[in-house]
Amino acid sequence: MSVNPELQGRAFPPAPPYLVGREKVREFSRAVFATSPINHDVDAARAAGHADVVAPPTFAIVLQETTLGQLLAEPDSGIDFTRVVHGDQRFSYSRPIVAGDLLTAQLAVTSVKTLGGHGLVTAETTITDSDGVHVATAVSALVVRGDE
Amino acid sequence: MPSIDDLTVGDVVAEAAFGLTRDSLVRYAGASGDFNPIHYRDDVATSVGLPGVLAHGMLTMGLAVQPVVDWIGDPARVTDYQVRFTRPVLVDPTDGASVGVVAKVGQLDSDAGTARIDLTVTFNGETVLGKAQVRVALDHA
Repeated sequence: MSVNPELQGRAFPPAPPYLVGREKVREFSRAVFATSPINHDVDAARAAGHADVVAPPTFAIVLQETTLGQLLAEPDSGIDFTRVVHGDQRFSYSRPIVAGDLLTAQLAVTSVKTLGGHGLVTAETTITDSDGVHVATAVSALVVRGDE
Repeated sequence: MPSIDDLTVGDVVAEAAFGLTRDSLVRYAGASGDFNPIHYRDDVATSVGLPGVLAHGMLTMGLAVQPVVDWIGDPARVTDYQVRFTRPVLVDPTDGASVGVVAKVGQLDSDAGTARIDLTVTFNGETVLGKAQVRVALDHA
């Protein structure tokens, strides 16, 4: 089985809206050793000019995971989940994610390549707020290991 | 808050070491929703040819940026962050794993008020992330 080259350029329907909870931001912050008061304390976050506690820079992975689930569920993807290795990851922010945000994530497969028997899939997730304004883009490069 | 005017390419701006245990991995699994069992079950990890339980790559990425966040004082000042996952971090059930981070100024754009901070992230004396770059927004003096 190899990655279906026709995935390239495929756009997916938006994932259901995700409400960023204050306790979720705190929980995620603890998990990545984020100790800034702006991640945990509402008063500190407001004093720094934010509406509520700010999520750590890698929090957008939580939203991206839901969209990658859509990709792996595509019946014609040709992607064997047990052979997927995370190659690269990037997050680009127009503004930080804060507790209270209602976010929508939408996936597009921007590139499918084959390299030395392995499949290389670039999955780009665009995250927008409830006004439809861009918040962040998360890009994952997934390596699908070929048959040994 | 550091000022961009006080920085020079090559400056080390932050250094830290993080002790990971199996508990850290379970905590990250719950917080992130990534319940791949190779991050908490030795039997599953070895059955797919791994030497043992590995830290989530996204946990390593997530903690490696924290010394930079503490240096700039506000997580919202990180506007872009990328890494390549090059080597796994094996987390021993009793001894855990120690991950070291050194953050250096890689590039400065004074007009835009941004700096590129390059991270060197190591485990057992080897780098585990490649091209680990953080773009931060800074003020002038």
